[in-house]
Amino acid sequence: MTAAIEAIGVARTLPGPVPVTLVQDIDLTVRPGEFVAITGPSGSGKSSLLYLLGLLDVPTRGSIRLQGRDTAGLSGDALADLRLARIGFVFQFHFLLPEFSAADNVAIPMRRLGELGAGAIRQRSEDLLASLGLAEHRRKLPEQMSGGQRQRVAIARALANDPAVILADEPTGNLDTASAQLVFDTFRSLAHDQGRTVVAVTHDHDLAATADRQVHLVDGRIV
Amino acid sequence: MALPLGLAIAVRHLLHRRRQTVTSLVGVSLGVAFFIGIASMMQGFQRDFVNRIIDAAPHVTIKDEFRKPPPQPVFAAYPDSAVILSGLKPKDEIRGLRGARAIIDALERMPGLHVAPTLAGQILLRFGAKDVSANVTGIVPDRERFVTKLEKDLIVGSLDSLYTAANGLIIGEGIALKAGIGLNDMVSVIAPSGVLMRMKVVGIFRSGITLMDNFDTYALLKKAQVLQNRPNVVNRIRIRLDDVEQAADLARSVEARFGWRTESWQEQSSNILGIFVIQNAIMYSTVGAILIVACFGIFNVISTVIYEKTRDIGILKSMGFREADIRRIFVYEGLMVGILGMLIGWALGYGIVEFMGSLKFEMEGFIRAQGFVLYRTPRHYVISGAMAIAASTFAAWLPARRASRLNPVDIVRGAA
Repeated sequence: MTAAIEAIGVARTLPGPVPVTLVQDIDLTVRPGEFVAITGPSGSGKSSLLYLLGLLDVPTRGSIRLQGRDTAGLSGDALADLRLARIGFVFQFHFLLPEFSAADNVAIPMRRLGELGAGAIRQRSEDLLASLGLAEHRRKLPEQMSGGQRQRVAIARALANDPAVILADEPTGNLDTASAQLVFDTFRSLAHDQGRTVVAVTHDHDLAATADRQVHLVDGRIV
Repeated sequence: MALPLGLAIAVRHLLHRRRQTVTSLVGVSLGVAFFIGIASMMQGFQRDFVNRIIDAAPHVTIKDEFRKPPPQPVFAAYPDSAVILSGLKPKDEIRGLRGARAIIDALERMPGLHVAPTLAGQILLRFGAKDVSANVTGIVPDRERFVTKLEKDLIVGSLDSLYTAANGLIIGEGIALKAGIGLNDMVSVIAPSGVLMRMKVVGIFRSGITLMDNFDTYALLKKAQVLQNRPNVVNRIRIRLDDVEQAADLARSVEARFGWRTESWQEQSSNILGIFVIQNAIMYSTVGAILIVACFGIFNVISTVIYEKTRDIGILKSMGFREADIRRIFVYEGLMVGILGMLIGWALGYGIVEFMGSLKFEMEGFIRAQGFVLYRTPRHYVISGAMAIAASTFAAWLPARRASRLNPVDIVRGAA
């Protein structure tokens, strides 16, 4: 079976008078439908690895394969197109556009992709929000929702283009325990029920323990 | 129908920062409106002046002067030698266009032009206790009516009266008002030659050009020659063309052929036309300055929006928005301010022009008019609109480009 994401000998070093190595010697394969938690102490390179896996950043050495496709050497626009169609991001902060309602926020990636008509986009936005228990909040602005609700809207937005891979960077960092558990339950469901690949960075070992696999990073290396 | 995504985001951004957006809009609108108002007023005045000049004055004038004095024969005889001439005295001769008859004959053979010989000079006009200095032009009425619109400008009297009256004189309205002269009044005319002549005012004209109305008089050519003590002398040949655009070319070719200084109406009015160029430069600079200030406003609004929306830019890029998509959002914002400002400015500008058009007052400068002379043309709207949109887009482009190059990793790291 083709891996959903594969990091082969990946390293990322920030240039400068004193080069800083964020991650190095990363060999990681994540299978389709697998829920992986990346853990490690602060500064261990968890988020850096996630950004590399999500094609937001480019490795200085090694390569990243997304669903079997080598992404090395792709242009910025080509990487953006891959992210749009195949990857959904969820961040610690929800990053919803504050001027748009929940449904409009969810619709944005679909409108950018342009594969669905206006009616289908509206319907899918509402379905996604409903599936995350937010049906009655679809017209609300982000400021009118709680932190947990906003984060679920962000998850709905990440799912908008039906991506094969969901990447989450400390998605429960700003949430209370109950909301955090709900978010992780959602991720597990996305992986196990819908066959999506989920990679979540977290410092919460209890939540990480609910994942299929944990990848522990120390000083930029997988240990 | 839903707006395109980039446009929808841009609209929300602008609505979110309503006060700053309105300030920028006001700046652009005022720039556009002032341009339309000022351009309409200034070009109205300029075009009116030019039209009056073209109507009232000859299009080409041959003068009894040389653009460069002819070289002394000794310089021609010894071109490579060092020659010094001293103690030269000018010839004491009666000035005038030599061979005027032949020049007129040659010109009359050319199609599309009318020719009139004249003798121009100065006089002192005395009426009662009032003295007025003036220019006198000796004319042949039968030719003059085809070269200038003096006959049409007469508010009293007639051009043919110059033939029928013993010593007829046509004066400008300004002279008549200044000295209190009316039709059929007898005035004393003294020329620099010392000749004194009693003349009868047989016409008063109003050209609308202040200088002409205040200083010009006309007499029969023969009478003017007597006054100037220059019998049979013509010192100006005045030409009117069917196609006024040919004036400069004809002036050049006539001067090249006959040697006499020949001036087109543009050259004769070059000092005033030069002022128009300066006026236009001032107008464009003023409006440009207003638009630049407006651009700073737009730049400021969009830079502020970008600063505030840095996180949004990060998430949009992480979602899969390309650099061009991000750039487009912010350029749309500038473009919208430009287009809206242009539309409001057009309406304001139209209002300003109509308001100025409704004002009635006596104005006397280069020309005499009642109220503003306005020139209404769609070109002013097109130019001002293009300037507004170009300036707004440029003002938005710079911060938009910066926004599009933001690294999403830096943004999400910074916000985390």
